[in-house]
Amino acid sequence: MNDSKLVTINYSLYYGNFQALKDINIKIPENKVTALIGPSGCGKSTFLRSFNRMNDLIPGVRTEGSVLLDGEDLFKMDPVALRQNVGMVFQKPNPFPKSIFDNIAYGPRVTGLKDRHKLEEIVERSLRSAALWDEVKDSLGKSGLELSGGQQQRLCIARALAVEPTVILMDEPAASLDPIATLRIEDLIHKLSENYTIVIVTHNMQQAGRVSDYTAFFYTDETRTGQLVEFDETKTIFTNPSDQRTEDYITGRFG
Amino acid sequence: MIGERSSEITLAHTAKTRNLKTEHRVQKFWFSLMWLFGLITVLILILVIGYVLVQGGKAVNWELLTTPPKGGLSGEGGISTTIATTFYLVGLTLLIATPLGVSAAVYLIEYAGEQSLSSKFLRTMINIANFAVETLAGIPSIIFGLFGYVLFVSTLKFGFSLLSASLAGACLVLPTIIRTTEEALLAVPDDYRRGSLALGATKWQTLSRIVLPAAMPGIITGIILSVGRVISETAVFYVTLGGSYRLPTSIMDSGRTLALHLYYLAMDTRAFDKAMGTGAVLVVMIFLINLVINLISRKLTAGVRKVR
Repeated sequence: MNDSKLVTINYSLYYGNFQALKDINIKIPENKVTALIGPSGCGKSTFLRSFNRMNDLIPGVRTEGSVLLDGEDLFKMDPVALRQNVGMVFQKPNPFPKSIFDNIAYGPRVTGLKDRHKLEEIVERSLRSAALWDEVKDSLGKSGLELSGGQQQRLCIARALAVEPTVILMDEPAASLDPIATLRIEDLIHKLSENYTIVIVTHNMQQAGRVSDYTAFFYTDETRTGQLVEFDETKTIFTNPSDQRTEDYITGRFG
Repeated sequence: MIGERSSEITLAHTAKTRNLKTEHRVQKFWFSLMWLFGLITVLILILVIGYVLVQGGKAVNWELLTTPPKGGLSGEGGISTTIATTFYLVGLTLLIATPLGVSAAVYLIEYAGEQSLSSKFLRTMINIANFAVETLAGIPSIIFGLFGYVLFVSTLKFGFSLLSASLAGACLVLPTIIRTTEEALLAVPDDYRRGSLALGATKWQTLSRIVLPAAMPGIITGIILSVGRVISETAVFYVTLGGSYRLPTSIMDSGRTLALHLYYLAMDTRAFDKAMGTGAVLVVMIFLINLVINLISRKLTAGVRKVR
């Protein structure tokens, strides 16, 4: 196994008095794609948001244990700096109501970059990495909202890449896209994993099988508290899971 | 259970037997009624504005627009200074009310929520503030006038002046600006806020670069409504602006807005034709200002509009 990029140690999360995640221990390897799978309500999206502290925005959230990024406790970091290092792509494409150029330049600009030449460079590089450059290079002034759903999601990926993160979190990034747009996103995820650590939440078993190197299976019982059942190479999880619940889930017996 | 159809329960009418002719006739009746009422509303509006424009139009000429009123019971002279005073007052009032109102709304919507979680006192204060804004919007304007008179004119000794009047006018339009801005902010999807924060923007950057521009059309609407309110208001300015028909040369000078002049002409003079003429100018002015502000906001928000 490669070096661990993200590590959680006995990590628990509460919404008020309700425990949403219990004692999660996981080591997410660097520059690999890790899929988080499990039935609805098992806490996998909540767990994903822990890595860029988006849960901080939800009132009443409390955590125990620690989450380490490159060995450092990320709850001791400035969340603004953390989010520059850990980018995120959401379930629903959410380009800003600005031009394609301004969407991508937004991240670099908030860090204080004003130089037009450098911004142009970053925009082109990010769009190329997100496999969108050829489609939009002649219309960078067009509103990001005029793109198709799949293009919008790639725009959002390009926007995340522009701030040069090392980790990209994806929360069901293809859930609202058609099959062809989904395949393009999956190809992209595959390519990006050469340079980025990617953690992706997905409801789609085939997708997890196609794009990920590692898979974490989350499960919950009637307490609604999510826990990590099994974490291993995706091959192993899909062909030879060690836990009965994992096998039941991936073979479609529930969920 | 779902998907199975119980054999005992059957529809009273199948697609074949149901009386579609009557149903369509009923629909036609209601649609016609609504169409008719809609037409009546528009006609009333056109009638009022048309009457003022036609009747008043006769009295409007270059001389009326460019000479100052002469005062006195005859109502002689033009309305040039009152047009200028109206613009001064609108500008000054909005200069005071817009930053206050927009900031208050931003605080209430974007910040107060999370802060109030930790403090019961703050939560109570915010509830009171929201209640106050709602109540203020329904208070008769003369109350704002009296308040302005007591506080600005006499206690603070600003006298009958543009300053007193614009401060009182600001109190009058603040609820409008706060409410419309609040609604505009609430209409900005949280996806934008989350997207911006996830890119490593601070809360302030998110607000100033994403949320406020996206809310701008709504905020502009509040400003347009306020402009109209100030132009057409008489009660507040009757007791705070004084009635001097001379051109104010400083914010401490008294003055007379178009609407106020119209009121004086109609009540205290025999120049009813000039009152109608002033009314026509007032209507055209409100129309033009709305048009200009709309054009500006469309330019400002060219990218945003496509959201909706």
